[in-house]
Amino acid sequence: MTTMTGEGAPEAASPRGAPAGASTEPASILSRGLTKRFAGGQVAVDDLHLTVPRGSVFGFLGPNGSGKTTTIRMLLGLVQPTSGACEVLGRPMPAGLSEALPKVGALVEGPAFYPYLSGEANLRRYDAADPLADPRTVGARVGAALDRVGLGAAAGKRYRAYSLGMRQRLAIAATLLGPRELLVLDEPTNGLDPQGTREVRSLIKEIAADGTTVFVSSHLLAEVAQMCSHIGVMRAGRLVAQGPIAELTAGHAARLRVETPHAARAAAVLDRLELAGVRAADGEVSAEIGGVPPERVCAELVGAGVAVRGLAVLRPSLEEVFVDLTGEGFDVDG
Amino acid sequence: MSTARTTRDSAGSARPDAGKPSGRTGATASGAAGGLVDGRADGTVSGAADGRADGTVSGGAGSLVDGRAAGRVADQDGRPAGAGRAAGTAAWAGAGGPFAEPMRPRPLRATGRLLRSELGLTFRRPRNIAMLVVLAVVPVIMGVVLRVVGMDEDTPSIVTQVAGNGVMLTFVAMSMLIQLLLPLAVAVVAGESIAGEAGGGTLRYLLTAPAGRTRLLLVKFANMAVFALAACAVVALAALVTGFALFPVGPVTLLSGTTIPLFDGLLRLLLVVAYCAAGMAAFGAIGIAVSTMTEVPIGAVAGSVVGVVFFQVFSLIPQLEPIRPYLLTTWWSTFDGAMRDPVATDVMTQGLFAFASYALIAGAIAWGRFTSRDITS
Repeated sequence: MTTMTGEGAPEAASPRGAPAGASTEPASILSRGLTKRFAGGQVAVDDLHLTVPRGSVFGFLGPNGSGKTTTIRMLLGLVQPTSGACEVLGRPMPAGLSEALPKVGALVEGPAFYPYLSGEANLRRYDAADPLADPRTVGARVGAALDRVGLGAAAGKRYRAYSLGMRQRLAIAATLLGPRELLVLDEPTNGLDPQGTREVRSLIKEIAADGTTVFVSSHLLAEVAQMCSHIGVMRAGRLVAQGPIAELTAGHAARLRVETPHAARAAAVLDRLELAGVRAADGEVSAEIGGVPPERVCAELVGAGVAVRGLAVLRPSLEEVFVDLTGEGFDVDG
Repeated sequence: MSTARTTRDSAGSARPDAGKPSGRTGATASGAAGGLVDGRADGTVSGAADGRADGTVSGGAGSLVDGRAAGRVADQDGRPAGAGRAAGTAAWAGAGGPFAEPMRPRPLRATGRLLRSELGLTFRRPRNIAMLVVLAVVPVIMGVVLRVVGMDEDTPSIVTQVAGNGVMLTFVAMSMLIQLLLPLAVAVVAGESIAGEAGGGTLRYLLTAPAGRTRLLLVKFANMAVFALAACAVVALAALVTGFALFPVGPVTLLSGTTIPLFDGLLRLLLVVAYCAAGMAAFGAIGIAVSTMTEVPIGAVAGSVVGVVFFQVFSLIPQLEPIRPYLLTTWWSTFDGAMRDPVATDVMTQGLFAFASYALIAGAIAWGRFTSRDITS
């Protein structure tokens, strides 16, 4: 229900002459059986089958220590998988690193810069490390990236003097130094105040609107849920769920809740309307609303002489969905 | 058809990657991937922004599946999501924007740029400048002390030569500093190279840029070698200037007793600097190898300096005489071969051979370690 593998995606218009079984659903990130066991024997990532569709904003969620960062490090070729394989922008990693990574902007485990250099000099430094970056345009690109995160005025200031929020912004600016097809943002809102968090969120939306795939990890469900089109949930090194948010919440029906002193009579009406899962409690009746228009239910209730004090349709929050999917709460502290 | 299409599709996106998808779309339709890709490589960039407007690029971009496998490219009409992405790429790479990229990668030029960045960091870093200043000050102090205090009968003859000819101060300064201070300065830069980036976390960003592990290591080696040369040159220059200022200067009497003209003597000093720099670079290679094994730069610095001390202790123990030719430090002081007549090429060649061997082994260890290591910092 939740997995979208590239193979055999039903809606894919098959190109003429495409070999059978070829991937037709373009994925920006694809991992198959990705596993990392560290020297101590600790399994950080266990048999990960991750599919991040192109153009999606993919929320990679999980408590601290659930293997998110190790996964990201493997995707970026920093850590060698123990077994399994992954592809980024269609290139196998880490073999295709030099072809894929110039098109990937990455923020991994917080900002890291040279404290004795200015923000601008720091970005120039990282730009110099990209073999495909054009040195002739570096000034303009660095300036644009700094402006985009609102650091234009602090460009000449030493990184040492930057606040935590400014450092985080600079790290995001570093991911925007060139045209990117994929942004990998590991906890991009760490250390930001609510205002900064909102800004980062709208920046990510903006970037995604340009068509760039954004892969954003977080241990705070609420922070990313509202900007993501897709979500993957990690728990103890395993991917427990992934897919489009709509699909993930689809199995979790919205419920209609009626406040009334005539609970029993109301329950009978809901039963007559063939609503599933009718539950009656003291002064309150609820049922899965399904496809029935709420106004019709209301009319029926009133027609049956039920005194309706309140009527609400409750959509399940992602949080509730996760409780169902993972069998436990989304415990941010792990 | 293919040429026209490629030209149009590359519109406004000078970056090769941006041109690629369009080319591939054409490939899907026509089945002539090779020709299209070649067309792109030939540099068919044009400023035709209309490519986007007429929708061709949008369709093309839907197919960003794989750089080469035309067979995997989805039909352009079926991918509206991809279309948005294409427009985005085009917007980023848009004509006149700051994101225009060169058509093809230029590995050498790019590596040169990274090396310049590296040198800029090294030579602008206050700590490194301070080390160079100290290296420059020591010969000055030596010269002043020799001039003011003078020397008695116990003073080694080589030092008394300074009084007769300022040029010899360079020689004396070098033989003193190459024992510990010069290696220390090189060890700091070498030990910092990888461990410093790892400890500061900047290594992960350099590698995802992507700098490339082998390329980054090569740049670190080159940077260290340049610093080694600069350190030796600073010592020589400071000593030379001091010698010229405080002592008489004239034809140079070599260690073997012959006298050569001043200009030839200066040329010999150049040889001394080059030889010492080679010895320091070989030592720096060891420092870089140690640096790839830790995330604590000070540990790498200390490790390689302890190595120097070990070497020097070994060479002081008479029983260990047989291994002396295999010690790196043994060959540092043989730069005096340049001050003999004729130049002791046999000894110095052996020395260079020893330097090369050490550098090669250390380089191999560093490469093996660095290219296989998990970057978890």
